[in-house]
Order: sequence, then structure tokens, then C-alpha cells
Amino acid sequence: MRLLRHFQWDKFVPVLAAATLFIGSFQHEKFLTTGNMTFLIQSIGEILLIAFSMTFLIVAGEIDLSVSSIAALSSCALGYTWQHTGNIPVSVFVALLVGTICGAINGLLVTRLGLQSLAVTIGTLALYRGLCYVLLGDDRLKPFPTSFTSLNYKGLLGTWVPYVVVLLVVFGVAFGITLHSTRLGRWVFSIGQSKDAARFVGIPVRRVVLGLFVSNGFMAGLAGVVYTIRFASARPDGAVGMELEVIAAALFAGVSIFGGVGTLWAVTGAVFFFGAIRSLLRLNDFTANELTIVTGSMLLLSVMIPAIGGRINTYRASRAPTVAESAGVQIRPHTDPQPANP
Amino acid sequence: MRTQLTRFAAAGLAVAMLAACGSDDKKAASTTAAPTTAAAAPTTTAAATPTTAGGDTATTAGATEGSGGAAPAGDLKTGLTIAVIPKAINNAYFDAAFVGAQKACEELQATCEQVGPTEATGAAQTEFINTEIQKGVDAIVISAADADSVTPSLQQAKAAGIAVVTYDADVNDTSARLAMIKPTTPDLIATSQVKWISDAIGPEGGEIAILSAAATAENQNAWIDLMKKDLAANYPKLKLVDTVYGDDDAATSADKAAALLQAHPDLKGIISPTTVGVAATAKYISGSEYKGKVQVTGLGLPSEMKSYLKDGTVKTVGLWDPGMLGYLGIYAAVNAVSGNDLSAGFAADGKTYTPDADGIVIVGPPAEFTADNVDQYAF
Repeated sequence: MRLLRHFQWDKFVPVLAAATLFIGSFQHEKFLTTGNMTFLIQSIGEILLIAFSMTFLIVAGEIDLSVSSIAALSSCALGYTWQHTGNIPVSVFVALLVGTICGAINGLLVTRLGLQSLAVTIGTLALYRGLCYVLLGDDRLKPFPTSFTSLNYKGLLGTWVPYVVVLLVVFGVAFGITLHSTRLGRWVFSIGQSKDAARFVGIPVRRVVLGLFVSNGFMAGLAGVVYTIRFASARPDGAVGMELEVIAAALFAGVSIFGGVGTLWAVTGAVFFFGAIRSLLRLNDFTANELTIVTGSMLLLSVMIPAIGGRINTYRASRAPTVAESAGVQIRPHTDPQPANP
Repeated sequence: MRTQLTRFAAAGLAVAMLAACGSDDKKAASTTAAPTTAAAAPTTTAAATPTTAGGDTATTAGATEGSGGAAPAGDLKTGLTIAVIPKAINNAYFDAAFVGAQKACEELQATCEQVGPTEATGAAQTEFINTEIQKGVDAIVISAADADSVTPSLQQAKAAGIAVVTYDADVNDTSARLAMIKPTTPDLIATSQVKWISDAIGPEGGEIAILSAAATAENQNAWIDLMKKDLAANYPKLKLVDTVYGDDDAATSADKAAALLQAHPDLKGIISPTTVGVAATAKYISGSEYKGKVQVTGLGLPSEMKSYLKDGTVKTVGLWDPGMLGYLGIYAAVNAVSGNDLSAGFAADGKTYTPDADGIVIVGPPAEFTADNVDQYAF
């Protein structure tokens, strides 16, 4: 019972992910193999990259629904530049630049014009996706060089570890330290708690929020590049639905949609958890329909459990003895003071 | 307390990673993928001499007796597991193909199961291809939702020793698969649909549009190109004004059909070379003011199109038996796993099917369905 009183959901989620990997290794003999782990990491790679910067945005009380479209536009820009220059490093640079610019547009619309981020990013979701079609249309691009696409299935230095792990570790550590151990991180939490209070305290709210959108655009662009390498194709209809997966993972990890609460390790754990569960269920022949039911139910549970836990805590707190009572001090009901004798 | 939990989580993750490094995920060595020498020479059925490695029981391919010396008589392995991956599940066309696949699996004593995503995208299909690679199936029979983006994972399947056969929709990189089961020649599919819409509209012609599946689907795109050539060469009175994509989703297809009718008020006909699209378009038009004025044709399942053929919305649709695609896909896959060289031809159901230079196997000519004959078909 003492364990339960100290139960914190955001610490629990990475444990849940580890437990899933652990239990899965016994449940199905092909689950915890290097091959399956490679597929698992590859399938969550793009989601996790976006989740790193999206966590900052959600903690700050904003949201960005256009990340899939930014990833797709970066991927198309990569393909388009490759088609016209034949130079891969330049194409990757252009892709990242496009992602950053898209993020900056989102940020400027939110900070300079004061628009709601939900509304803005729903609009840019459609806009950026439309630009993909304008850029590439239905034409087929010339194939990417194998030196580029082989990054996907050649592990690092001859091991099984996929190259995307390097990106995940580098950016994960960078974003994690920034959010939890720097002044900028504290600013983000403060902005999420109350924008006005943060501004009065002297935090440059507009600059910080703009920076968050720009970095989110960059990470979405990076996810687009990773996606292009993984599928060896850049198409306008690629990279669909990532934003919902990212937000679902963030909510599962206990990041409050209203802002001000959240941890990056829980988000990482949540993304791994969803990926591991899906992999395990697919190996056990769950159909695609059943998988969507499972992930939806888990998301509901993730929202309900902390709420129920909070209610239980409040109830137990109201029933717990007060400090004075624990110390044995008798509490007598207040009586009116006796009138002084004349 | 907090540090304890964190340490436990870190330890758990570390243990999991170390365990992963220890296990080997290479496919079981019992099935050999290398072609045996018996496959090249057209010998008579050799039940006595075991030509495959390991202790696998070999059955003879019974159909080879009827086809003369052209077909190779390698022994077909039993007990194989085969994954059939359609573009998407919840699709009656692919379910009909799977019925054929199951029939072949019963005849060949293999186990097959159909797995696939809910939406027909390459990214979603890749997840399932990867899972099947992990499960160590012997063969994958797949209809590619995206002609390019499933290629990397199919190449990985090939590297893992899994036989890959495509059916219905091919990949652009033909080295990723051993054979492609095409229902009928793309030329016939394209010219038939153009002829049906021209007959339905009448000699005065008019504007037509195409409502296809996904923009990335190789089969539909090939047919559309051939339709354009046929229209330009042979039908001066018909004008193709638009091509839209319904993504093999009923709701999207209906929306696109409605948009077409709004955007082109003089539209006389819609060709939809996909069963989901033609059914959705026919449903929309049969319930609207355009019934009888805008003709619909395309590739449709008799079971789905029966009511629209009977009420006059559609004059003619056509298709082929999708079950044959699944059936031949399984036979090709089992022959490949058993070490037979597919380019020499393989036998199924008493006939021999020989792939062409690109590995494409044609099943036969398409069938036309009208209000008169639609009741004869069970799929």
C-alpha cells in the first residue's frame, strides 16, 4: 500500500514499456529478436522524433496537428530536389529547411497574429499537404540511390542496431535535458500553467512559443527524411496520421492537454509501449481491426486511470487524520469565550 | 522510491536489450530456398528419390501428368505457411481472392492466412510484411498497395529466404518478387472498359471521367494509361475530362463521384476500374437524379453490382474470378519454395502457367457481367 501512495503515472509508463518487452519475450519466441526489435524501432522512429518536440508544445499549452503534412512536404521536397540536382546531402538539407520554415509559419501565425494553435495547425495540415501535390503531382520520381536507402536496413557498425537509434538518443537526451533541467524548460512549464503569469514574470512568451513551433517543424522535417529513407519513396500521400499517434502517446504518458504537466521519459515510454504492444499483437495474429480497438481502449484507460487515482487520493486525504490528531492533541470544539465577570 | 522505480525501469530495459542481442532471428534452416537440380530437367514425377534437403515429406505435383514434357516435375513441399497480404482487409474482392488461395492451400496441404491493414497504404502494409518476416513464414503472396514503398521490406523478405509472389497489383522493382499473377492482359482490361462505356453512352459520345483507387496503385495506373491511348486512337467522340482517386474507400469514392458530377455538368459516363469505386459510384448515382443519364462501368464484383445492373444504373461491368489470383499465387509460391524454377512454368488445376520475361502470369480473358447473366456468378 505504501507503494501505491507514491504511485506516479509518468514514472509508471516507462516501466510498463519495459514490462511489455519483458513479458512479450516469453509470450512469443520471435518477439524479442534483433530482427523484430529493428522493425519495432524503425516503426516508432518517426513518431518518437516528433514526440520529443511535440511534448514541449503540449506542455506549453499549444498543439501542432500539421506535423504529418510537414513530414510529407519535407519528404516531397527531398524527392523534388533529388530529382533536379541528383545530390542527396543537398536534398536532405532542403528537406530539413522546408520543415523548419513550415514550423516557423505555424509559430508566426500563432504568436504574431494571436490565433489559436489548434485552428492554425488544422489549416496548415491541409495547406502543406496540398503543397505536396503541387510539388510532385502523381509523377514517379527516379529511384533513390541504394547508398541512401540502404541506411535503413544496414545496422550501425555491422550490428543490428538501426541508424535511427543515434538520432533518437541524441535528440532524446537533448530535449529531455532541456525540458527538465534548464531554465528554458521551466519557462515552458510556466507558460503552460498560465501564459499571463509567465509574461508578468518576465518570460519572453512569444519568442519561446515561436521557437517551440520552429523546432517542432524541424523535427517533423527530420521525421520526413527518416520516412523517405525507410520507404525509399517520396510521395504526397505518405506520412499520414502521425500527429494522432504522437498526441495519443503524449496523452497516455500523462502530459496534460491543458499544459503545464508532463515528462519526456514518460512520452518516450508511451511511444515504445504502443509500438511494442502492436508488434506483440500482430505476431499473435491480431487483425488490423482488433489492433485499433486495443489501442483506442488503452488510450481511454490511460486517461481514466490517473483521474480515478486522483479521486482515490483525494478521498483518502480527506479521511486521513490531521497532524494534530496524530500527535495526540485533543481537539475540543470551539466555544464562545466566557463573558468576563463584571 | 522514485529512484528505485527509475532503476528498475532502466534495468528492465537493459535486460530486454541484452536478451535481444542473444537470440538469433535467422529463418529456420529446414526449408531450403536454393533451386535443386531436379527442377531444371523435365523428368517424370519422381516420388522415389527425395530431391529436397532435410526430412521434408515431398508430394508430387499431380497436374504435371496432363501437361506433357514442358512442365518441370519437382516435388512440392507440404506443411508450408504462407501469408496472403491484400492491399487492405474488409474488401470483398480480396476476400474472394483469399477463397481461391485457401482452396490451393488445401490441395497443397499448406497453411495460409490473410493479414493486412485497414487502409490501403504502403506504410501500413509494410508493418504487416515485417511481422510476417519475423514469424518466419515460407512465402508471402501480396497485392502491393504502393508500387514503391513496400519494395524495401519485400527485399528484406527475399533476403530472409521467403518466396515473394505478387498478385493483382505489382511492384515496380521486379527483382523484389518471383512472379506476378495478373488477372488478364492490361490491354484487354482497359479496352473492355472503354468499350463498355462507349456502348452504354451511345454513338453521340460525350464527356467521361475515371474514378480510380489509390494514386499509387500500379495496376490501376497501367490501365488508365492504356485507356487514354485507346480513347485517343479509337473513340474520337469520347472526351476524358478528369481522373480522381477514391483510395479504395467507399466513402471517399462516393464523395469524389459527387464532386465529379458537380464539376462537370455535361458528364456522360464514369469508368471506375476498382470494385470499391464502381460499387460506390453506382450506389451514389442510382440514388440520385443522374440515374440513367450518367453511365457507370468498370471492374465490379457480380455480387456487389447485381442490384445496380438490375435497376439500370449500370449496363455492363466486368471482372475476372479473383479466386484464381489467390489460387495461382499460392501455387507459384509453393513451387518457388520447393525449389522449382518458375520461369520454366508451373502447373495448377491441370493447366501449365508460364511467366513471361518480366515474371508475369496471365490467368485468362475478362468476363462481362450484365443484368442477364449476373445471377450465374457466386463471387
